[in-house]
Amino acid sequence: MIRTLSWAYLAVAYAFVFLPVAVLVAFSFQDGRLPVPPFKGVTLDWYAKVLGNDDLTAALLNSLLVAVVSSLVALILGFLAAHALARVRLPGSALMRGVLIAPMTVSYLIVALGLLNLFNLTGLRLSLLTAGIGHVVVNLPLCFAITYAAMGDHQRSAERAARDLGAPEWKVVTLISAPMLAVPLAAAFFLSVTFSWDEFIIAFLLTRFDVTLPVEIWSMLKSGLSPATNAVGSLVFLVSVTLVILLELTVFRKRP
Amino acid sequence: MTAAVSIQAVSQRYGQATALDRVSLEIEAGEFVVLLGPSGCGKTTLLNLIGGFTEPTEGAILIGGRDMAGVAPKDRPTTTVFQDYALFPHMSLRDNVAFGLRMRGIDRGKRAAKADQMLALVGLEGRGDRRPHELSGGQRQRVALARALAVEPDVLLLDEPLGALDLKLRRQMQDELKAIQRRVGTTFVHVTHDQEEAMAIADRIVVMNAGHIEHVGPPREVYLQPKTLFTAGFMGEINRIPVAGGRAPFGPVDVPDGTLCIRPEAITPAGALRIGPCKVEDAAFFGAHIRVHVSPLAATDLRLIVHLPQSQSVEHGGVLDLGAETWVVLTE
Repeated sequence: MIRTLSWAYLAVAYAFVFLPVAVLVAFSFQDGRLPVPPFKGVTLDWYAKVLGNDDLTAALLNSLLVAVVSSLVALILGFLAAHALARVRLPGSALMRGVLIAPMTVSYLIVALGLLNLFNLTGLRLSLLTAGIGHVVVNLPLCFAITYAAMGDHQRSAERAARDLGAPEWKVVTLISAPMLAVPLAAAFFLSVTFSWDEFIIAFLLTRFDVTLPVEIWSMLKSGLSPATNAVGSLVFLVSVTLVILLELTVFRKRP
Repeated sequence: MTAAVSIQAVSQRYGQATALDRVSLEIEAGEFVVLLGPSGCGKTTLLNLIGGFTEPTEGAILIGGRDMAGVAPKDRPTTTVFQDYALFPHMSLRDNVAFGLRMRGIDRGKRAAKADQMLALVGLEGRGDRRPHELSGGQRQRVALARALAVEPDVLLLDEPLGALDLKLRRQMQDELKAIQRRVGTTFVHVTHDQEEAMAIADRIVVMNAGHIEHVGPPREVYLQPKTLFTAGFMGEINRIPVAGGRAPFGPVDVPDGTLCIRPEAITPAGALRIGPCKVEDAAFFGAHIRVHVSPLAATDLRLIVHLPQSQSVEHGGVLDLGAETWVVLTE
């Protein structure tokens, strides 16, 4: 009895989480003008329309570019900061760690507004670059926290051994520290990519002519509901799910 | 390939604490020297100073006649075998062993050949493609040794390399370490707190205590003719008998005043320095010997530990007439 109930609970919980997505995906195939019941039949027209839309495909490529580049920058900066703070005892180490992690606790809206002010002051034009900078700001603490937590004593002693065997500092980092942290680094990177890929507020406030996909979708929604937006949403979901599954298969499975 | 190490009045202080206090030591090229002492005696500090991981507060360290002040570990003619092995988990054994050669710009083919040769030296031939996590503790230690030796250092530093191994494996590795050192001829400086290990492998033992050197000498000398009470006690069990005015508690003895130190196995029925009849208080069979607690009849307060051969018949409450074969008198 308890067993059945717990299975039922699990089913309800999953339904609660995934029903909206399922509905979104289902109505992206709607053979009609509106993505609402009744379901009138299956068509791929909306997908054809979406993929034929230059603005959307441009936004999709922009999103990919911003996600990959900003995540790489956040990863490199976060890793180097973690590497330094895990190795060297400096006055105010704890404070520096705190300051690095702090942006995590600030809402994206505030981060975006702050950056907007800053870019206005410095005269930097809003573009994919500024949105990318915004994404680095929010993803750097994540990358820092993940890599910092993964650094341990055995890594420290392996680095010491590498120096003892004649490795200059940049080779210690590239040949020993980074490869030993391959799993957490990959995890941090993929998480950053997914966050950046889905991110709306910062991208909305910090872009102007070239926009990322969530911003493009939002502007589509302004002109009313259409199965086309469902189709775009489904595509975004597909990419995110693929990333998560890739992460699961390549990175977490290898964990000893 | 090998070089002498000269440690000249080296001190190391951390704030108020003194880890090493004006330590001087000459190590010959090709020598196997063991730094021995309890934890906190400064032996690891001294090893780190030779390896360049820390700089001395005072004094100089010369390797092969060259002053090492300000020379980073990577530029020193030393390599280290670490207690926790510190192997690179993401590399094959061959790449681990070849790492130092790679840093020296040796091309891939040559360094792979050298790495395989070093793996064969430590008894791991044909396993170059394995990863460190596939190995046992003893095998990992061998890889660490091969990796440190592959770059042909002048001086190899070993930081309690056998500390994490079980006793049987440790004894076996000691023999191998000694054999490898003879073959390569490199100067070995080995740190341990295990006096049996020290005696098994060392050409010379450096006994350290509280930041200074107590005694430097070959194992036989350090064990049989210790210069200090600390060395006497640290090298193994010892009976300490106060002597004043030519008298020990059990009677007159023909030795100078001081502390008469006698090893348990040096006390036998035939020993020349007579202790006299002793009552057996307690006896236990230890395999290689019988360990007996006795009290001289002339000094029942005094308890001596005696190791007698297995063949000796020992009875509780029985009386044995004993004497010391070797002894040393210390006056500190």
